[in-house]
Amino acid sequence: MTRPERLARSVVVPALALLVWEALSRAGKVSPVILPAPSQVLVRWWQYLLPLEPYDASKLGRIAWLFSGELPQDALGSLYRVVVGFLIGGGLALPLGLFMGRIPLVHDLLNPVLEIVRPIPPIAFIPLSILWFGLGDPPALFLIALGSFFPVLVNTVAGVRNVDAIYIRAAQNLGAGEVTLFRRVILPAAMPYILTGVRVGIGVAFIVVIVAEMTAVNKGLGYRILEAREFMWSDKIIAGMVTIGFCGLGIDFFMNRLNRWLLRWHRGLSDHA
Amino acid sequence: MDSATAWRVDPCELVGAPEELRAAGAGRGSPSIIHLAGVRKAFRAGGREVLALDGIDLDIAEGELVCLLGPSGCGKSTLLNAIAGFSPPTSGTLLANGRPVTGPGPDRAMVFQEYALFPWMTVEANVAFGLEIKGEPPAAIRERVASLLGQLGLTEFRDRFPKDLSGGMRQRVAIARVLAIDPPMLLMDEPFGALDALTRRNLQDELLRIWARLRKTIVFVTHGIEEAIYLADRVVVMTYRPGRVKRLVPVELPRPRDTASPEFNRLKREVSALVMEEQARHEQAERGATAS
Repeated sequence: MTRPERLARSVVVPALALLVWEALSRAGKVSPVILPAPSQVLVRWWQYLLPLEPYDASKLGRIAWLFSGELPQDALGSLYRVVVGFLIGGGLALPLGLFMGRIPLVHDLLNPVLEIVRPIPPIAFIPLSILWFGLGDPPALFLIALGSFFPVLVNTVAGVRNVDAIYIRAAQNLGAGEVTLFRRVILPAAMPYILTGVRVGIGVAFIVVIVAEMTAVNKGLGYRILEAREFMWSDKIIAGMVTIGFCGLGIDFFMNRLNRWLLRWHRGLSDHA
Repeated sequence: MDSATAWRVDPCELVGAPEELRAAGAGRGSPSIIHLAGVRKAFRAGGREVLALDGIDLDIAEGELVCLLGPSGCGKSTLLNAIAGFSPPTSGTLLANGRPVTGPGPDRAMVFQEYALFPWMTVEANVAFGLEIKGEPPAAIRERVASLLGQLGLTEFRDRFPKDLSGGMRQRVAIARVLAIDPPMLLMDEPFGALDALTRRNLQDELLRIWARLRKTIVFVTHGIEEAIYLADRVVVMTYRPGRVKRLVPVELPRPRDTASPEFNRLKREVSALVMEEQARHEQAERGATAS
């Protein structure tokens, strides 16, 4: 099948769904407050996207002006929190996971605590996070870091434990010390697992960011959705939700690329590249 | 048995560059580079103690090519792993280059049974790995790697990952990877076991050429009777559990050896008989295990 054919297939169902939805709304079957028509959402999304003020070269550069609308600012704010929160959580989980996977003593010491904390949903930490970190970005970053920490940790530990002993033997046989072994054998050998953890972690970070923004911040997609509800702007709610969907898609696309490049040596990946 | 004389080969009859071979042959009068005395190795398996090796006495001379031969379960890989330093013997003396073996080391480089190439490294990076650990200057590494890849016919594959190579090519890379660090001893654990017959013969010849040129001591584990006789100065036939040295069979046939010649086949029959005795014990033991 050619690319255009596949593309055509993939838009059939969404297009039909939108048509039915639009038709129902126009026929007046549903209240526009409960479910606004897609066309209305699109108009709202466009307004949401546009800069609030006319272009003025003395105040902002052209690029900055283009991104000065509510939606770009919200999306950037949310993405910033996802990225920074994930880097904190994943950045702590990766080395810890490597040590826990490799050194039984570290594993035995830390595992009980982690196993107790792990099942607690990050959302349950919201009250504490506000007590500890106040309002604004810090509690949100804490929650996101917490949410992405465990998927990365668990997968890294599993990845290290599943490194084929023959690679370690081969490296030791060639004279590799523990540091070389970690950096050049265990880390790359565990990479397929680690990247799975990263993907799951980013997914969790995305869920957590929306919830966190509904509580303690005044910018971001999660905040905007909640704000729109106060005014019964359901078209804006949906516009915000669609934006979240597209941000997730964008991150996933980027992660896919990274995955494919980092694991280009891996069996079974090159076949469907 | 006087192992110092039993395996002598007339070096003039070897293939390859005669000068180097004569020198290689002359080197074999030297004392043993690998010395095993009373080596015993016991494992715990399923609550029972299994004696894998018992009372192994063996001396391998510098520059010698020795094949360890026996059915599966005879402990030949265990013995090789002990020499490599991956799993030390339970008791007994094990010296490499006059020093007790306490762990793995680059003086005893191993070519593994499975493809133990690092799949995340290109061919070139795999071969360079040992040299980088040694901390050689990058220019010297590049030069040495290029030369090795050339010698083993791998130059055009240098940017490939192992998954994109055939089995034979991968084992060439594995050989190049250990040759890079220039170890005095090469330990090979059924390295050609998974290859097709033609590729295997090709690599055996390649190994013999390398051995003749570089005068490495090689300990080669195999369960192929023909492979052992084709390659070795001396074949060490081992018994089924516990692994002992059943017989040391010197192979005095000139190289390149003709596998179809009457002498080769006479030797093959003799060694086969020894190995099959042990294979029969192996099968009997397995039947006993399933019956109980």
